[in-house]
Amino acid sequence: MLTVEGLTTSYGAIEALRAVSFTVPDGSITAVLGANGAGKTTLLRSMTGLVKPRAGTVRYDGTDLLKLPVEDVVRHGVAHVPEGRSVVKELTIDENLRLGGLFRPDRADRRRALGEVYELFPQLTQRRRAAAFTLSGGESQMLAIGRALMSRPRVLLLDEPSLGLAPLVVGQIMRLLRDLTRSEQLTVLLVEQNARTALSIADQAVVLYLGQVVLADDARRVADDADLMHHYLGF
Amino acid sequence: MLNETLNGITSGAIYASIALALVLIWRGTRIVNFAAGGMAMVSAFIALSVIDAGASYWVAFVAALGFGLVAGAVIERVLIRPVESKPPLTAVILTFGLLILIESIAGMIWGGGSPRTLPTATFSIKGLNIGGQTVALSPFDLFVIGAVLLTMVLLIVLFRATNVGLRMRAAAFEPETARLLGVRVGRMLSLGWALASLVGALAGVLVAPKLFLSPNFMDAPLVYGFAAAVIGGLDSPVGAVAGGLALGLVTSYVGGWQALGPSLEVMGVLVLLIVVLMVRPEGLFSGIKPRRV
Repeated sequence: MLTVEGLTTSYGAIEALRAVSFTVPDGSITAVLGANGAGKTTLLRSMTGLVKPRAGTVRYDGTDLLKLPVEDVVRHGVAHVPEGRSVVKELTIDENLRLGGLFRPDRADRRRALGEVYELFPQLTQRRRAAAFTLSGGESQMLAIGRALMSRPRVLLLDEPSLGLAPLVVGQIMRLLRDLTRSEQLTVLLVEQNARTALSIADQAVVLYLGQVVLADDARRVADDADLMHHYLGF
Repeated sequence: MLNETLNGITSGAIYASIALALVLIWRGTRIVNFAAGGMAMVSAFIALSVIDAGASYWVAFVAALGFGLVAGAVIERVLIRPVESKPPLTAVILTFGLLILIESIAGMIWGGGSPRTLPTATFSIKGLNIGGQTVALSPFDLFVIGAVLLTMVLLIVLFRATNVGLRMRAAAFEPETARLLGVRVGRMLSLGWALASLVGALAGVLVAPKLFLSPNFMDAPLVYGFAAAVIGGLDSPVGAVAGGLALGLVTSYVGGWQALGPSLEVMGVLVLLIVVLMVRPEGLFSGIKPRRV
């Protein structure tokens, strides 16, 4: 179980997150929803330490992630895929993927993981020697997710994986996340502005509004709450 | 003409190694390290001191390179890391200050006495005799060329074919993403500075038998090395070597017209630099597209 408690982050005088608390049960998908500027990206960046929060804890498996250097978060099984398909454009697809597992000492298992990721994304296999900047938006997102899977994570933090992608590709990625959660017992925290897409696969939903949690509930109930969808999420 | 070409290749190899030192740091941290000249100068003086103490050329050679390696890591960790989050110009100015500081301290330690060059007992610096003719290529020159080419090949293998090289490239291109993937970015930057400084020390030791050692004896080679790095594209080790050789040849050919005076050599460098920047502003070997404002 991933437990966020009292997470508070400010940029100067502006409080971007105010005492955010919620839990993500193992082997489930939790969607973090909210309008632009609600603090969704700041939440993920605070959880892995890219932004230093003023207060709060992020516990997973008995460890407070905030006490770790950023480099060690992935070593505790938590992989963060940042916003904007953060592939290293100058490196090849193969290099990007290998980079994702490099911290693990088991060389044979790294090779196995690479094979699995290529099996998962056959589009990437044909272009493994191409530089990552030649990929389309959807392919880049798949590369970013595949690279995170190379670390054999138990928790995946995803920041807006649907951003700027064609609906068909978004559907493909969401199905993949659903399947991975089931087959690998993966725990997913999915930050999305596209609430309908995220709710279609999520088990729980957390709604952020101006840096505060206004609702944490079953995903289906959030999807059916027309007033809430309209008021906080603009649908 | 043959002798000018041979001379050009040898001095080009030295410019190339300085250019390599600058390129390594530019790739890793987007900083032009002006202190590289000062660090190379100290390495050369250390080699000289070790030889004076009675050790062989090879002991001095290894000591100078070892000093470079350690000094690079220490400078990154102590001086550059604290200004990492500041605008890049801050660090560049810092390296300028460091250059002046290093040269002053070196002046206090090694400043006195008559000017000397680094002895090379192991290699002769007399031109080889080929077909009854003495050419401008000594065994030491061959060592210089070989050492620089070997360094370039080793660096390419390190960056392209090893996991450490992959980590170093990732840390340089996308430090934040690299961190999330578990790369110890700080350590990679220190390693990059250490390697660059080692290559700079190599340049210092290789040029020291041909120049009189003084606290600022590396200033001119540094300027040529910088020009070579820019010609090569600042980003590419192969470009640095190609730029260095091109520059060495140009200075050697232009310097051949003694009647027109030695200042022609510097002009040759500038003309080459301007022509390259006009035709290919990103440099000859850079994969990066130029920015237009």
